[in-house]
Amino acid sequence: MSTLKIARIVQLPPLLLASLLFSFSSLTTPLAHADSTASTPSPMGKPLDTGSITRLAPNIYPNGQGLPDGMGLAKNGSVLYQAHCANCHGSKGEGATAQGLIGGDGPLSAHDADKTILTYWPYATTLIDTIARSMPPAAPGHLSADELYSLCAYLLAENGLWARDQPMGPKELAAIVMPNRNGFIRKFP
Amino acid sequence: MSTFLDRRVFLEQGLRLSLATAAAGALPLAQAQSEERSADKMGEMRSDALASQHKAGQAFSNYGMPSVYEKRVIRLIGSNRMVSGNGVSWTPLESLEGIVTPTGLHFERHHNGVPDVDPARFELLMHGMVARPLRFDLAGLLRYPLQSRLIFIECGGNSNAGWHEEPMQKPVGSFHGLVSCSEWTGVPLNYLLDEAGIDSKATWAIAEGLDAAATEVSIPVSKLREDALLALYQNGERLRAENGYPLRLVLPGWEGVRQVKWLHRLEFTDQPVMSRNETGEYTQLLPSGKAEQFDFVMGPKSLITSPSHGQTLGLPGVYEIRGLAWSGHGSVAKVEVSADGGQSWSTAHIDGPVMSKCFARFRAAWKWNGKPAVLQSRAKDDHGNIQPTRARLLAERGRNGYFHYNAIVSWAVDSDGTVRHVYA
Repeated sequence: MSTLKIARIVQLPPLLLASLLFSFSSLTTPLAHADSTASTPSPMGKPLDTGSITRLAPNIYPNGQGLPDGMGLAKNGSVLYQAHCANCHGSKGEGATAQGLIGGDGPLSAHDADKTILTYWPYATTLIDTIARSMPPAAPGHLSADELYSLCAYLLAENGLWARDQPMGPKELAAIVMPNRNGFIRKFP
Repeated sequence: MSTFLDRRVFLEQGLRLSLATAAAGALPLAQAQSEERSADKMGEMRSDALASQHKAGQAFSNYGMPSVYEKRVIRLIGSNRMVSGNGVSWTPLESLEGIVTPTGLHFERHHNGVPDVDPARFELLMHGMVARPLRFDLAGLLRYPLQSRLIFIECGGNSNAGWHEEPMQKPVGSFHGLVSCSEWTGVPLNYLLDEAGIDSKATWAIAEGLDAAATEVSIPVSKLREDALLALYQNGERLRAENGYPLRLVLPGWEGVRQVKWLHRLEFTDQPVMSRNETGEYTQLLPSGKAEQFDFVMGPKSLITSPSHGQTLGLPGVYEIRGLAWSGHGSVAKVEVSADGGQSWSTAHIDGPVMSKCFARFRAAWKWNGKPAVLQSRAKDDHGNIQPTRARLLAERGRNGYFHYNAIVSWAVDSDGTVRHVYA
């Protein structure tokens, strides 16, 4: 850049100087701030390799989209639960320093309504999504797909929503209809 | 009978009081007034106050901290015993003035601690139902036109102690302080949406944070288009770690849980993800047993921050009622105050400028006659929404709503000048 041009920029009012950054025009014809925001800013996004997305923790949707491949059993889940979860959620899932995961008294219209996985949660996929991304708190994101399905099979079986000896995989988990599936009034859309 | 006064009258009558208070430094309400009554003590204090004129002061500092005499103005922390990073810290609203919350006192709600995010390695990803999956580094984001807005952020669970059977006996900030207001500066998300080319069938974006809970929530694309900000700066400096460094989503007027901190990923889709934080939590159970979901906007609300619970009035006389009002729907249009538990109301003065989805600071002059009184405030916004009484809120929403509690708050002033929280 020539000395002459630098001198010209320095003499500009600060607002005009700032707007230069977003201008496609030459430096000698800066846009007013309002004009610069109305025009399209320089695109700064770089192409995202969609292959790299598969390495991220997936968002798991109620229709089963995002569920990992795998298979689990409640009896394995019981062992995992005692190792990773019981300390905070209670040895029988009754709740301790973290909320209970097993049981819950209805109805939800009661004065002291009990909002639990069994009584309140509308989707079983929320369970695996939550465990996969955030549990256990000391080392989240390390459970394998089989371990995740085993934990879900255990918790859902203990809640009476799954047969204890039946293997659970993505298809089975997505097909579970939770008791409070229709208990929500959506304010959006 | 205690009465509200015209603000101009207050300014004249209160002049002597405010001068005396200023000279005595920042003393509690009652203490300042007892000092005012003791001329001898004032003389001693003046002489002490002049000591600083006779010795060299402290040197410069690279980053300023609050006065050493203000050490008690802190966030109170309520966290899980087993998972110390799961919980909240409260903004001490009773100790603050104006509308901007000091950055270090902005409330916190973390699900598993504050992550350490290296800005050099940080990228924001946009993918899913888009024409062009994109990633953005911080240098790229900083090339876009920036926008600054003063915006309050309130946790959806703020004030939920209002549902308790008995009124919580704690300072106002310790159960209403999951709300703060900052100037947020960042990139209007609109620019990035256009660049990625969002599929017209993509009505939702799933936002995810880089925290150890990988917190994720569903956000309507319409809100992202309307006024969402990718905030990089808070009150003029880069975000604090606990407020989402290096990037957080700001969704003006909406519940805090949606305004994902340490934002690193937006997946565009045609359905909500139904995460724990929008099903099991942050939904409002109604008396019918059904629960409201995706109720995003924080309703109109106001609080008297002074006098408030735990403070003590001195002698009867003129006091300024001070408080905050806000609405997620828009601007605060009016704040009224009552000293008789809501039987009669007076319009409070609001310090300007009044901005949309921002704190408004209100003030009213009140002449206390030394008899018991119940102080209340109620806010009305420019969309016609009015802050409800607690009785009305309970009648409509029952006992188990837990989230989005915005009822009128009552402080009882006893004849000895003590102030406590009551339901009235």
